[in-house]
Amino acid sequence: MIEIKNLHKSYQMGSNALHVLKGIDFSVKEGELVAIMGSSGSGKSTLLNILGMLDVADEGEYLLDGMPIKNLNETKAANYRNKFLGFIFQSFNLINYKTALENVALPLYYQRINRKKRQEKALKYLEQVGLKEWSHHLPSELSGGQKQRVAIARAMVTEPKVLLADELTGALDSTTSYEVMGLIQKINDKGNTILVVTHEDDIAHMCKRIVHLRDGVIVKDEKVKQVRAAEYVQ
Amino acid sequence: MFNRDRWKEILEVLTTNWFRTVLTAFGVFWGILILIILLAAGKGLENGVKADFGDLATNSMYMWARRTTKAHMGLPKNRRFNFKLEDIEAIKDNVPNLKYVSPRNQLGGYRGSNNVVRGIRTGAYNVYGDYPEIINQEPISITAGRFINNNDIDEKRKVAIIGNGVRNELYDLGEEVLGTYIKIQGVNFMVIGTYKRKTANQGEEGEKQIFIPFTSFAQAFNTANRVGWMAITAEDENPITNIKMDIIGLMKKRHKVHPEDSRAIGYNDAYEEFSKIDRLFAALKLVAYFVGTLVLLSGIIGVSNIMLIVVKERTKEIGIRRALGEEPWSIRKQILLESIFLTIMSGMLGIAVGALFIYGINALLEANGPVDMFMNPSVNLGVVTIALSILVIAGLLAGYIPAQSAIKVKPIEALRTE
Repeated sequence: MIEIKNLHKSYQMGSNALHVLKGIDFSVKEGELVAIMGSSGSGKSTLLNILGMLDVADEGEYLLDGMPIKNLNETKAANYRNKFLGFIFQSFNLINYKTALENVALPLYYQRINRKKRQEKALKYLEQVGLKEWSHHLPSELSGGQKQRVAIARAMVTEPKVLLADELTGALDSTTSYEVMGLIQKINDKGNTILVVTHEDDIAHMCKRIVHLRDGVIVKDEKVKQVRAAEYVQ
Repeated sequence: MFNRDRWKEILEVLTTNWFRTVLTAFGVFWGILILIILLAAGKGLENGVKADFGDLATNSMYMWARRTTKAHMGLPKNRRFNFKLEDIEAIKDNVPNLKYVSPRNQLGGYRGSNNVVRGIRTGAYNVYGDYPEIINQEPISITAGRFINNNDIDEKRKVAIIGNGVRNELYDLGEEVLGTYIKIQGVNFMVIGTYKRKTANQGEEGEKQIFIPFTSFAQAFNTANRVGWMAITAEDENPITNIKMDIIGLMKKRHKVHPEDSRAIGYNDAYEEFSKIDRLFAALKLVAYFVGTLVLLSGIIGVSNIMLIVVKERTKEIGIRRALGEEPWSIRKQILLESIFLTIMSGMLGIAVGALFIYGINALLEANGPVDMFMNPSVNLGVVTIALSILVIAGLLAGYIPAQSAIKVKPIEALRTE
């Protein structure tokens, strides 16, 4: 599903360049649930941004579902993001003056799907994350876990090829974190490919594979026995 | 464009901070209001001044004979001469593009002695000997009876058309005027009509005048074929200013006046006066547009400023939208639409209030009677259309820089702003 070869990225910091990614080779198959681990500054967020087409690599190849991702203009990148990727952020990034339903329906709006269909579909995904009754609430009226579930529904609504989650439990307490991870595992069980960036060990171990990143290179790539989040939740 | 979600969003964004939106809108509102009021005031002044010309044929000149100042063809300088009726025919035959050439004679004048008697009442009035065409050149309208006609001229009838001012002084209120006689310098004339002035620029004097047939005038007051002065009107598309030298040249030749004697023939070019006024008002309009647009500009800068702040505030939101796949043009369109919407809404309000203001002034003018040099201030649909297009352009301009800065927002940078 994702194939990366020799990926380099550096940032210009005043006069000296900061080499963040130093040749990453990495691939993800369909249906995998991969955690990318590393301390801050290891380049994991940069990698995710490049995978998410929010940033461009200086060097290297990136294939998404066999399709080369390079030389995209802003419009094309926006279209690809919309169609192929779903994003889940640490700070939820819901639009605060739109209701849960409107937030979930937003990516479909960019696909120019008509209003009625949008709402139907958005409601279906809200139901899947268990928030059907909350569809007309504003984000400010939801708890952190609920917000993240809305964000997950929003990421899922376009039926993307890959879900990218950046520290999705970073702003949540552990109980809520496990609930959210449970949801992620359930989505993965249905065959969705998911990448989770985290620095928390327990979250990483709820995935099926852990990729360790340090100073811009992959130091370890291991398959792990998945811990089901349900085991933590009473 | 007419997309429910987009408009919903525009309203949501603009209504999140009501006070700020209203303050911003006020700048544009004020600008367009000033523009409308300035233009209306200019128009009112123009209407007022032009009303004084009334139906007066503005493409006209008046011409009279004076003393020569140069000796010519054996004739001495300082010689008196008079225009003659034959000159009228000569002008009509030799100068093309003229509509009316009216010879005129006059009795009495400013502060003249009493020259008109009716019973025990007397008055001092201007008495004019005229041809029927003069009614097309002087802005008067007949209120009773009729004006001079060709039969009056041919038969030298002793008939008179008197102004309402004359009637008020010589007749009792409600007394029958038509068919009565007045005595002008000892000669009886039958009153066959009354008139009023269409304009106010001559004041009451304008209606203290009496018109009698030119031929009757000549016979009764012994002016023979002499012509006191001429009122000459050219065809509309030929300014009299371009023709007048031909006419004056012809007159100089016929009366043996030295061709370079510029003081022998006096004239007054109404067209030139009128075009001066026209130019004045064109300049005034330009000033109004200039000032109004500048005031509007400061309003627009306000809108632009606020839109920049809005974009700044929404940096994160814009980043989220881009991450979710909104295309850059869609974001730009959104910002531009917000800006145009705000500008047009406040502008329309400004136009509406301006119209209301003008309406109020008009009502006030109507209630309190006419004011000198000011009449019916108004803006026409053309001006409103211009104002609206200025607004749309203004909105676009105001939104352009903020929209550009919005699409420059990189999704990652926007999302990093925690």
